[in-house]
Amino acid sequence: MEFLRPASWQEALAAKAEHPAAVPIAGGTDVMVEINFDHRRPAYLMDLNRVTELQEWEIGADTVRLGASVPYTKIMEHLRTELPGLALASHTVASPQIRNRGGVGGNLGTASPAGDAHPALLAGGGQVEAASVRGTRMIPLDDFYLGVKRNALEPDELIRAVHLRKASGPQQFSKVGTRNAMVIAVCAFGIALHPDTRTVRTGIGSAAPTPIRARTAEEFLTAALDEAGLWDSRGPVPPSVAGQFADLVAGAANPIDDVRGTASYRRHALGVMARRTLGWTWQEYRDAN
Amino acid sequence: MRVTMTVNGRPQEADDVWEGESLLYVLRERMGLPGSKNACEQGECGSCTVRLDGVPVCSCLVAAGQAQDREVTTVEGLSGEDGELCTVQQAFVDAGAVQCGFCTPGLLVAADELLERNPEPTDGDIREALSGNLCRCTGYEKILDAVRLAAARTGQAV
Repeated sequence: MEFLRPASWQEALAAKAEHPAAVPIAGGTDVMVEINFDHRRPAYLMDLNRVTELQEWEIGADTVRLGASVPYTKIMEHLRTELPGLALASHTVASPQIRNRGGVGGNLGTASPAGDAHPALLAGGGQVEAASVRGTRMIPLDDFYLGVKRNALEPDELIRAVHLRKASGPQQFSKVGTRNAMVIAVCAFGIALHPDTRTVRTGIGSAAPTPIRARTAEEFLTAALDEAGLWDSRGPVPPSVAGQFADLVAGAANPIDDVRGTASYRRHALGVMARRTLGWTWQEYRDAN
Repeated sequence: MRVTMTVNGRPQEADDVWEGESLLYVLRERMGLPGSKNACEQGECGSCTVRLDGVPVCSCLVAAGQAQDREVTTVEGLSGEDGELCTVQQAFVDAGAVQCGFCTPGLLVAADELLERNPEPTDGDIREALSGNLCRCTGYEKILDAVRLAAARTGQAV
């Protein structure tokens, strides 16, 4: 094994171009587990900790450019207003020690369906900034997850940042596990109200081969809110609408039975989380007036 | 490869480090600092908790090469030069928070950092700060007592 220590982003891209098999390591919370347990012996391990710009974020007019290695702790502390859903999801990641090291770039690079950031990222909306010596391209989050632990990156590409829409309305994140800390999600759900476009977006974690959106549920709810004029009246969401939204979210999942839970439990829990988080976010929207 | 870092205020160097080796292994097996404990090797248990540039991390999940030129504080760095226990260590002794002792080093590092950052933690703050440290003896109540005691003593000292 060779240890690569690029001192700059350009050096990192050059090293990845020269050694496409190099495994990038930032927080190490996935990669080191695989090495410690002899599940992975990469020929090249590339430390990204010295590339300091990966740990920085920029708040623009409409988006936040979040560096790939910004640790979850920083997201919780500094980006709660701009990215409330992701901040909530960050708070559920493992433990303080892990949150001090891990970041969204790692979640995206690993592309596990159980990554805690994914439902919030999908609900909020945004793009992955992927770079190589060939240039930079923006990959919509909706096109990023290709399969279990597979993503849309080319072998010579690294994740520089993720560009996330600043929240225009309430967002929530909910996760089921056996305790609050140190839990891989049995399943998870993110919801974002977008009053600026009068739409609702969702994200489902740990209940399909990849993180997914519940698009039919989104379309149903967006239409129901619109038809009843609820964005303007800020009236309550009828229980029948919330119930159907929950059913459609549960139906969007494609879960399996595994050690953490059964497929039927996951579907049930997703419906409960969808109904609850809709209730919380809609109440927040009503109270904001 | 050779790895150099500052550990508990002293420059340290290790040779022939395997590139996939963890910071925890280097501390324990190459630098003679066995205070940080090796248990789960996957970031679950917190018994290997050290501070990397002041931030609590699981040293089993830091590649040794990532600690190059950085500052590491282990449980050995908490006590004074003469072996005098720090406030948190003394509170653990006094509160009976040590059973088998295996989780204790990680808890001490985590609790010490909490009190540095937040000298008057609520019970919720303490539980949150220690949520990444498992005690298999399940001695959590005494551990919470110890952190409360340490906080009270820190407050008195100010």
